[in-house]
Amino acid sequence: MAGPGLVTAARQTAELARRSVLAERRQLLNILPGLIFPLLLAAVYSRQFSRALAMPGFPEVDSFLDFILPACVVQAVSFGATAAGTELALDIENGFFDRLVASPVARFPILVGRLAGASLVAAIKAAVLVAVFLAFGAEVKGGPAAVLVIMAVAALLVLAIGGVGQVLAIRTGSQEAVAATFPLVFVGIFMSSAFFPTALMSGWFRVVAENNPITWVIDPTRRLVIAGWSTGDAIQAMVVPAAIALVTVSLAVRALHRKLGRS
Amino acid sequence: MVARPSLMIPTLLMPLFFIVSFTGAFSSLSRLEGYGTSNVHNWMAPYAALQGSVFAGIGGAASAADDIENGFFDRLLLTPGSRLPILLGTAAYSGLRSLIPTTAVLLASTLGGLSLRGGPMGLVCLYVATVGMAVVFCLLGLTVAYRMRTMRSMMLVQVVGFSSMFMSTGQVPLHFMEGWLRVVAGLNPLTDVLQFARQGFLGPLAWSTTWPGVVALAAMVVVTGLAAGRSLGKMAP
Repeated sequence: MAGPGLVTAARQTAELARRSVLAERRQLLNILPGLIFPLLLAAVYSRQFSRALAMPGFPEVDSFLDFILPACVVQAVSFGATAAGTELALDIENGFFDRLVASPVARFPILVGRLAGASLVAAIKAAVLVAVFLAFGAEVKGGPAAVLVIMAVAALLVLAIGGVGQVLAIRTGSQEAVAATFPLVFVGIFMSSAFFPTALMSGWFRVVAENNPITWVIDPTRRLVIAGWSTGDAIQAMVVPAAIALVTVSLAVRALHRKLGRS
Repeated sequence: MVARPSLMIPTLLMPLFFIVSFTGAFSSLSRLEGYGTSNVHNWMAPYAALQGSVFAGIGGAASAADDIENGFFDRLLLTPGSRLPILLGTAAYSGLRSLIPTTAVLLASTLGGLSLRGGPMGLVCLYVATVGMAVVFCLLGLTVAYRMRTMRSMMLVQVVGFSSMFMSTGQVPLHFMEGWLRVVAGLNPLTDVLQFARQGFLGPLAWSTTWPGVVALAAMVVVTGLAAGRSLGKMAP
């Protein structure tokens, strides 16, 4: 009995993921800032921070472009990560969610479908960014396997951040409330090792940056880019966002059950 | 602003976030030879204050865009008299708004060790620059708002504001830059405004740093003012 049930759930998840991807494709203008802003940041930083590469404490790196690649991917992904939550909130606002719940769709695909679609878009965004960086002279020392890890990290980060957005969407049913989480992610990225190594920071900022989960994702990903392949780094880069995703998606599922239990 | 103080929160929080993150992440840059100061707050505070004033200016224009969307602006256009006060009032409001983020950045940076090496006139330069920048970006925002008649169009002005500040000497001196960025930052009038605003925090004031900033500010006010006036003139009552 579980077999056909799982197949049905997987099919429903795939169908809702497809809907999510199509919605993103229809709103290409919403995707562009998420690509352009990190690229602008990379273009400017690589031309203004080259002197910093010689500072003691800065990791050995060929160019600032290599150093900043993982940060740009994380930043690009963060732009779309809250979309999974805001779209769910929109569905709640316009009544589509109620129709979904009334239909024979299982509960889990309602959440995971959206997140899966957003994750797929994030992985594609990461691949596009890596391609642009490579075109401008960056080098991923870990090779194609490292690029795949970067894409996986992007997808997992969307699950992690998107899960939070979905919890808020379910609890508040408001797009505005979900969108308000974006600046927090933005602050989180800046207060990490995204743009400068923590070894060159000082005081309380360094403590915050070193204990920021975004640093735990960016540092191993960066080592794959600037130092070469390491299975340990690959695992660390993926395990951190996967663990956070597990927590946030579980919270979203719980919030959904509570909401449906009340209604 | 008085009736809805919550509207000031983004204008206030963004520059505070900038000053915290830039001084925190890039504090070691001040150890590099030729950076211009050994205290990163002296370099970054004027930059964060100017960023805040750009957002304050765009916020002022956004309130006009909101009036256009909700129909209040059409009623304003029907009132007798010159349209100039509509423009000047919004620009003055934006200049006033910019005092809040500038003061907040200065207070936050003082906790981090900001020092005013050029004396009180250095502070005057910073406030003149931030009020001027708020007026410039308000007028630019109004030019766009009067033409596109949507709040959404302010996103475009925000991108222009953020990018133009970013491609100036905001974070490092000009001679630290390489290639295209050095050319762009050298030509960017905001670099002159930044140097004018920052000079009092780096050392004694100098006329050679003051006049290019004042001229750049005046020129931008005139150009954006003419553009906004033209857009307003073309709006049907």
